[in-house]
Amino acid sequence: MTKTSKRLMSGNEALARGAWEAGVKFAAGYPGTPSTDVLEALARYPEVHAQWSANEKVAFDEGMGAALGGIRSLVTMKHVGLNVAADAFMVFPYAGTNAGFVVLSADDPGMHSSQNEQDNRYFAKIAKVPLIEPGRPQECHDFIKVAFDLSEEFKTPVMFRTTTRTAHTKGLVAFGERVEVPQKTFQRDVRQYAVPIYRERLRPILEKKLRQMEAWAETCPINVIEEGSTDVGVISSGIAYQYARDVLPEATFFKLGMIYPLPRQRLIDFCKRFKMVYVIEELEPFIEEQLITFGITNVVGKARFTNVGELSPDLIAQGVYGTPVPASFGQEIAILPRPPRLCVGCGHRGLFNVLKRMGVQVAGDIGCYTMGALPPFEAEDTIFCMGASIGNAFGFKQAGIERTVAIIGDSTFIHAGIPSLIDAVYNQSQVTTIILDNDTTGMTGQQVHPGTGRTLKGTPTRKLDLEALVRAIGIDHVAVVDPWEMDNLENAIQRAMAHNGPAVVIARHPCLMIPEQRRLERTPYQVIQDECIVCGACYLVGCPAITEVDDYPIISAIDCTACTLCVQMCPVDAIRQN
Amino acid sequence: MSQTTNVLLAGVGGQGVVLAAEILALAAANAGFDVLQGEVHGVAQRGGIVHSHVRYGPVVHSPLAQAGEVDALVGCEKLEALRFAHFVKPGGVIIVNEEEIPPSRFPNDNRPYPSNAAGFLRAKGFQVVAVPATERATALGEHRAANVVLLGVLSRFLDIPREVWDKTLVERIPKKFLEVNQRAFVEGVSLTG
Repeated sequence: MTKTSKRLMSGNEALARGAWEAGVKFAAGYPGTPSTDVLEALARYPEVHAQWSANEKVAFDEGMGAALGGIRSLVTMKHVGLNVAADAFMVFPYAGTNAGFVVLSADDPGMHSSQNEQDNRYFAKIAKVPLIEPGRPQECHDFIKVAFDLSEEFKTPVMFRTTTRTAHTKGLVAFGERVEVPQKTFQRDVRQYAVPIYRERLRPILEKKLRQMEAWAETCPINVIEEGSTDVGVISSGIAYQYARDVLPEATFFKLGMIYPLPRQRLIDFCKRFKMVYVIEELEPFIEEQLITFGITNVVGKARFTNVGELSPDLIAQGVYGTPVPASFGQEIAILPRPPRLCVGCGHRGLFNVLKRMGVQVAGDIGCYTMGALPPFEAEDTIFCMGASIGNAFGFKQAGIERTVAIIGDSTFIHAGIPSLIDAVYNQSQVTTIILDNDTTGMTGQQVHPGTGRTLKGTPTRKLDLEALVRAIGIDHVAVVDPWEMDNLENAIQRAMAHNGPAVVIARHPCLMIPEQRRLERTPYQVIQDECIVCGACYLVGCPAITEVDDYPIISAIDCTACTLCVQMCPVDAIRQN
Repeated sequence: MSQTTNVLLAGVGGQGVVLAAEILALAAANAGFDVLQGEVHGVAQRGGIVHSHVRYGPVVHSPLAQAGEVDALVGCEKLEALRFAHFVKPGGVIIVNEEEIPPSRFPNDNRPYPSNAAGFLRAKGFQVVAVPATERATALGEHRAANVVLLGVLSRFLDIPREVWDKTLVERIPKKFLEVNQRAFVEGVSLTG
C-alpha cells in the first residue's frame, strides 16, 4: 500500500486508523483507560459499526459473532476488561474464526488508572492465541493490519496488547487508505462451532495450529534483528524496546513484534552470538521465562529490571549501568502531594458528605467515586472491581455488619451489577444499593451507555429505565433523589435501610463534564464576609472552588457550579447567590 | 543522544498542559524533526498532576526522557515545577508560571505550600525564568491561554523557527480562540523573567 502522508497521532488514534484501513466493519468494547479512545476514533468512520457494549464479555461475544459471520471485527478493552471477557476468549480459539478477529488488551503498567497491574500477555499463552505488541504509534497503525492478516491466515483470534504509554504517546504516523475486505461466508459446521460437544476433537487441532504459528513466527516480518555492537545483545518488545533503544544506542537488538508464540530457533541462534543477552520487558518475565524453557542460559532479565510498576529509560539505565534513578527535590523542599479530587459540583460529593455523617459501612465500586475513600470524605471502606459492591455488601450483612450499603455508578451497574442485585432479591438480603446515576461513564471521559439513550455514533436509542429495571428484578423499595439535596438524600437512605427487604436509592445528578452540562449558565454563590462566622463548616464539603484567603472562605466565581452543598452546611446562611 | 531535544511540561489538570505539549510536538514535526510526545491521561482532569514529555530530533525512540536529561521544563504551576525539576539537566532551563494552585490536603500534612520555588531552583543552578503567565493571559481576556504564553517563553530556547510556531498555532488552535492565543504567544516571546 502507498503511504500517502504523515500526521501526529496517539497510539490509540493510529491503531484505529490502521484497523479502519484493514477493512474492519464491526468494533465493540467497554470504556476503560487506556483503551477508550480507540473506539471513539473508529466511530468517526462511516464504514465501521462502532459501539459501546454493556460490558467486555458482551462486546467479545458480539465480535465473535460478527467475525464468524464473515466481517473483520475488533473488540477493545483495558486489561481488567479481558478478565470479564475471559470466558469467551478462552473457548473461541478452539473453534477459530472465519473473518479476522482481534481483541485489544490495553494494559496499565504503573496502574495510572487501574486497580491492579496484571500482565495480560499470559492470557495469550493460556488461550493459545498469537500476541502482537506495538511500541510506537506507527507500529500501532502497521501491526494491527498484520494482526488481521494473521487472524485470517490461521483462522485464529489474535490478541493485540498495548500499554498506557504506547496508547497515549503521540508520534508521526504515515498512513494509507481503506481496503475493503470481501465478506466471508459462514459455513454451518457444528463439529467446528459447537465447541462443548466437539471439544475433544478440537483440542489437538488447536495444538497443531499453535505449532504452525510458531513456524510462522520464525519468518514473521515484525520480529526483526537490528544489528549493532557484537558485545551487547538485547531482546525486547513494545514500549520497553523504545526506552531500551535510547539507553543502549550501540547494542544489537532482537525486537519482537509478535511475542507469542516466539521464534524459538531464531532466538536460540541470536543468544549464541553473545556472552550475555539482556531481556528487557515491562512487568513480568513473560519472554524471559520462555527463553529459559528453550534451553537458553545466558539471558539476564528480571534480575536487573523490576517487575513492579511502569518501566522507564531511567530504570533500564539503572539495570544496565547501575546508575541510581535521580530523586526529586522532595527531601529539601515541601513538594506537597496533589491527589485527584471530585470535580466542583460533582453529585458524588453530596453523597459522600451524607455517607460520612451517617457513619455506615460502604462497599464501593469502580468509577470516579473511588475518590470517596480519600480525604476529606473517607466514606468508603472497600473497592475492588467492576460490580463488586453489591455482592460485597451482601457478604458484610452475612457477617453481621448490618449498617452496610453498596454504592455503584450507573454504567458500572449496567456492566456488572445487575446479577448481584438479582441475587440480593433471590437470597433475601436486606442490602441497600445506591446507584450513582450521573448519566454517563464518568471516569473514562463521559462515554454514553444504555442508560443515556444515545449510541457511540450519536444516534438516539431506547433509554434503559433504571427504576423499571430494579423493580422488575424484585426491588419493592426504590427512591430517586438528587444528591445536591443532602437532607433529602440522607432521609432516603435511612428509609431504604429501614425497609424490610433489599432496597435501591438512585442518586441522580448528571456529570457536569457532559458537554451539555458544561454549556449551562450558572450563577455562582459567594460568602458574605460580614455575616460569616468563620466556623469552617463550608470547607467540610471538600469543594475545590472554596479556598481560605485571609482567614475567610472564598468561593471561586469561575469554578462555582451553584451546587449549594456549602450553602446547606452554613449555619448562618452567609453564602448567597449574587 | 545529544541531538535530541527534551522538553517536559507539567501542571495541574485543566491548565492545558497536554494541549501545550501537542502544539510543541506539532511545531517540532512541522520543523522537520522526528518527535514523540509521551504522557498519561486518566484522572488528570480531576485536578491531578499532568505532565508530558516532548522529545524531538533526527530519530527519537523513547517517548520519555531520562531524569537529568531534560533541556527545558515548563512548570505551569509552581509546585509542579518543583516536582519535576530533577528531570532537568544541570544548568538547564526551567520556566515557572507564577501561579499557585493549592492541592487538596491529606490530614496531618500541615506543611505549608512552598514559598520560594523559583529561588530554590535558581540556587540549584538552573536557568530559571519566572513569569506571570496566567496574569498576562487573563489580561488578554482568556486565562486559559496561559499555556500558550508559556510556549512563547519556551520558544526562545528552542531551535524551532518563529514562522513554524505561527503556522502551528493556526493549524492547531480552534478559530474562535486563535487570535487571543496568537497574542498570548507574542506576549510570551517578549516576557523576561
